[in-house]
Amino acid sequence: MLAVDTPQYLPENIFFGIIAFIMVVSALRVVTTRNVVHAALWLILVLAGVAGNFILLGNEFVAVTQVLVYIGAIVVLFLFGVMLTRAPIGADAHLDNDQRPLALVVALPLLALMGYVLWDAWKDTKITEAGPPIVASTSVLSDSIFKTYLIPFEAASVLLLAALIGAIVLARRD
Amino acid sequence: MTSALLLAADPLYAQGVDLTALLITILKVVVAFAFLLVATMLMVWFERKLVSDMQNRIGPNRAGPWGILQTLADGTKLFFKEHINPIRAERRVYVLAPFLSFVPAFLLFCIVPVSGNWANGGDGTVELFGRTTYLQLADPPVGILFALAMSSIAVYGVMLAGWSSGSKYPLLGSVRASAQMVSYEAAMGLSVMAVVLVTGTVSTHGMVASQAGDGLFHVLPNWAVFTTLLVPFVIFVIAGTAELNRPPFDLVEAEQELVAGFNTEYSSIRFALFFLAEFMNTVTMSGIFVTLFLGGPSGPAPIGPAWLWGCIWFFLKTSAFLFMFVWFRATLPRFRYDQLMDLGWKLLIPLSLGWLLMLAAVQLSGQQNWNPVAVGAGVILMFLIGWSLLRSANAKARAVHLGEEVNA
Repeated sequence: MLAVDTPQYLPENIFFGIIAFIMVVSALRVVTTRNVVHAALWLILVLAGVAGNFILLGNEFVAVTQVLVYIGAIVVLFLFGVMLTRAPIGADAHLDNDQRPLALVVALPLLALMGYVLWDAWKDTKITEAGPPIVASTSVLSDSIFKTYLIPFEAASVLLLAALIGAIVLARRD
Repeated sequence: MTSALLLAADPLYAQGVDLTALLITILKVVVAFAFLLVATMLMVWFERKLVSDMQNRIGPNRAGPWGILQTLADGTKLFFKEHINPIRAERRVYVLAPFLSFVPAFLLFCIVPVSGNWANGGDGTVELFGRTTYLQLADPPVGILFALAMSSIAVYGVMLAGWSSGSKYPLLGSVRASAQMVSYEAAMGLSVMAVVLVTGTVSTHGMVASQAGDGLFHVLPNWAVFTTLLVPFVIFVIAGTAELNRPPFDLVEAEQELVAGFNTEYSSIRFALFFLAEFMNTVTMSGIFVTLFLGGPSGPAPIGPAWLWGCIWFFLKTSAFLFMFVWFRATLPRFRYDQLMDLGWKLLIPLSLGWLLMLAAVQLSGQQNWNPVAVGAGVILMFLIGWSLLRSANAKARAVHLGEEVNA
């Protein structure tokens, strides 16, 4: 992240703090709320915070894509599924199930792994020079996706396609 | 620091953000907001008047000349009505939903270029208080993607309004709305990509700039509706109408089936916000049509200031689409739900995807000097293969579907 002791990035750091706080609170509410639709709404706030952080890093394209794909499509589909099957207003007593220990077993190592990777990649690097901030334009980003990272990008697409076809196969009984 | 650079596409912020730039921006915001509200008000009147003309009745004719102030009167009346909170409603979401509908409708308008000096090779800038700027509120580098993002956020207003009302009909309306909007967004995005491919930019200002001036044989203007060969335009208009939930795609508020759809339980100013958002979206979507496919405010400027002609061209082009929307409403019957899904998934998405690939192939063959006959033959062959595959898949699906219905 951006260094705190460089005055050039002070506004970014303040806004990062605010957004990060909102994201953490919302993320906790996603798992503690007693209503499925409310959980989806809190999730929107978390994802919007991610988009906000991308804007702070000067990458508008990724931010808008985040809004377009995650908020505009994925959570809409979550809500669509919830409303189509059951959409209770008010608290739902059967929302929690007894897989909490298992979730803990998965979540804690994942947190440790991601934290370690971040720490290992950046150590205590600080951005100290007062150079111009890096703003990645849409064309630069698309060049890097379709040239440098073409194979991972296509692999991810094929994976998503496989998931899509798998879902159709599971849903259809004939 | 970064925020200034993100806005840097507009020459107003070229030397950084100072007080003049800030004041000009605030002025633009106020003017854009006021303009959009007045345009929405007039659109409501225009629709009512035109529909009544088409149905051989008089329509509003009491408030003001030709009933032009009818919307103002209705709005004032709604403002003084009582807020009713249904007892089974989820109160916080219920209050929030109208704003989720209204705010994206306004934000969508920010990226539409409404005027500018485009005649005789102008670059679309004007002088405003001694500063050079664009006549559009914002020109973000993500451009048209911002419009797609805003229209996908607008789904939430409808969806949450239906859910939080705590009533069956609004819930059905909002389930329909979300399915419909998600389905048509894909076709919409793919036809936008065709324009991006041809104009070579995602910025709305850049799109207008690349469409200004002469096109084919110096007869047709260089509009994307011609350079993308019409099909993406037709798809975008259909998908845009579906995205707006306007007739013939207004299953969200089908009166015969769902009372008033998602906004059944709403009253007073909250209902007015939904109503305004719907018409505001219509105006803005017409502006987006014009920007993407009809060269925005560009056009010839015979006499007088060029920016004024920009306004006139933009107004005329937008009005043509507004007329089209009203015409649709007065003449076309509502789609059935399965027809709606068939049209979106089995026709519009494959066609727009195929057309995008075709345009990309033509573009590439032009750059690489490939044999045009071979490219043309290849394109036709691919379309035939794709069409026959899709046809056989549809026939199979229909047979399975009929079999299920017979067995049930």
